[in-house]
Amino acid sequence: MSDVRRKLPIVLRNLPAIVYAGLIYGFIFLPVAVLMLFSLQGSRLPVPPFNGPSLKWYVAVFSDARVMDAMVNSVIVALVSSLVSVGLGFLAAYALARHRVPAARFIQGFLTAPLTVSYLIIAMGLLITFNAVGVPKSLATIVIGHVVINLPLCFAIIYSQMGAHQANIERAARDLGAREWQVLALVTVPMLWPALFASFFLAVTFSWDEFIIAFMVSRFDVTLPVEIWSMLRSGLNPKTNAVGSFVFIISVITVLILEFVVFRRKRT
Amino acid sequence: MSIPAVEFRGITMRFGATTAVRGIDLAIDQGAFVVLLGPSGGGKTTLLNILGGFLEPTEGRVLIDGADVTDVPPAKRPTTTVFQDYALFPHMTIAGNVSFGLRMRGVAKAERDARVARALEMVGLGDTALRRIHELSGGQRQRIALARALIVEPSVLLLDEPLGALDLKLRQQMQEELKAIQKRVGTTFVHVTHDQEEAMAVADTVVILNDGAIEDIGTPERVYLRPATRFTANFMGANNLIEARVCAAAAGRVTVETPIGTFDVEGDAQAGGRATLAIRPEHLHTEAAGARVAVGSARVIEAGFFGTHHQCVAGLDGLDAPIKVRLPQKLIPRPDDAFALYVDPADMVLLTR
Repeated sequence: MSDVRRKLPIVLRNLPAIVYAGLIYGFIFLPVAVLMLFSLQGSRLPVPPFNGPSLKWYVAVFSDARVMDAMVNSVIVALVSSLVSVGLGFLAAYALARHRVPAARFIQGFLTAPLTVSYLIIAMGLLITFNAVGVPKSLATIVIGHVVINLPLCFAIIYSQMGAHQANIERAARDLGAREWQVLALVTVPMLWPALFASFFLAVTFSWDEFIIAFMVSRFDVTLPVEIWSMLRSGLNPKTNAVGSFVFIISVITVLILEFVVFRRKRT
Repeated sequence: MSIPAVEFRGITMRFGATTAVRGIDLAIDQGAFVVLLGPSGGGKTTLLNILGGFLEPTEGRVLIDGADVTDVPPAKRPTTTVFQDYALFPHMTIAGNVSFGLRMRGVAKAERDARVARALEMVGLGDTALRRIHELSGGQRQRIALARALIVEPSVLLLDEPLGALDLKLRQQMQEELKAIQKRVGTTFVHVTHDQEEAMAVADTVVILNDGAIEDIGTPERVYLRPATRFTANFMGANNLIEARVCAAAAGRVTVETPIGTFDVEGDAQAGGRATLAIRPEHLHTEAAGARVAVGSARVIEAGFFGTHHQCVAGLDGLDAPIKVRLPQKLIPRPDDAFALYVDPADMVLLTR
């Protein structure tokens, strides 16, 4: 039996696995592939038959002031909310990993709990709170919303990377005369650089294509996903495909940067 | 009389219900190489952490060069530490690691570079300044940790089981180097270990800690040859402890009666009291010579060859527990072989504590 198997060419032997993997990847990526294909459509409707390729819809997107404004807003929200999330997440992780904090377990659970709450519920909660407190909807409220969803993630990633061995290295820095801020700036942060970098880029990708919170707590200044949604209300159009593809490509690039920088560092 | 480099005054350390260190008074001379030796949980690491400023003692004061540093944080103390896992900065070059302490003290770059070069030269790694930590072997990391700690010229260098992670050959080599470097720089070294051979190899003074208190303190020779307590006699190397009854005592000489004979030994004890006689395996001889007296006939139970000698476990007439004997290299003991054994009473140690 096993002799027969060994004599088969490797492609045939692995055929079931290849078919299975092909189906899985098809299931995941076919919608994206279709979206991107029809963003290159030559005619007015993003449906077969395909009669491109043409970049005219991309030209339309990049010359649309509203889309460009939304894109700038998205970049601002992603960068600011991710920086705040990483900063606060790092401080929380440092406090819980390095100091004796009363009810540490409880605080840790409470910090990560929002990961389990649906974005819709968080968005509703934020909307009600902002209304009650009288905070006007703006980019700032979207930033706050994205910090709410990304802070637990950043905290969890950074906290998982703060081991006892690093605590001893920080102790060595103190022993050699470093003040607390010097320990943080010269030893703790550089040692945790891969974790900080990874959590920042993950937060950026989550913020970049987040829709529900951005939709509910914004009014005039909107982010790109919200702008795409309002474009979709006027019907299917290759321009929406083009802007959707653009959002996807930026996300992929962010993840690639993350992979390249963090995982290449780990290998050395 | 000069001011001691380190002075512990009535140091007690409690962690919840357990007491790790109980009422320790200890003065360490300038330029001494002191080893805190003891079993795990004996309190030696706790005492080192109190000296480094990483733990605040429950009671007592710590003085360095005569100044009370009990409330001074590690960064401000004139001490630096070589950690057991070295705790080098993985994201810095060798030079970055070694110069860290100088950088924290605001020393100018040019002077820093010159001192780093000298420090690396001292530990025999002069050509590695720009390499990274992960490119170094365990022994090299150990030397970098030593250079990093010594470059700031501390009053006292603390070594927390620094050789524990090295293999035997490298450990012995590093012991010699540590001793040589200490002689060269003249800094007071306080070294913690549980390895009594390492302690004897490097120390000027050995402090034996057990159960949070000082059992014994003295030169390696004194502590090994004339241990003050039963614990020390057992902990420092192999020993045979034999129960004894004190028959007569006068002016530093004591006559004791044991199951293996009555001996006249050096020491102080109450006549009529109980005591313990310690006899090192290497002090049991198979030939009578000089002042040696016969202690009976031993029957070999087990024997092993250790290169320089044979280590035997043997039954001795009159004793319930077997004794340890060191037999000469060329004599090949087999189980059930019998030997008459002789000991010089001057080598016997009378223990009353």
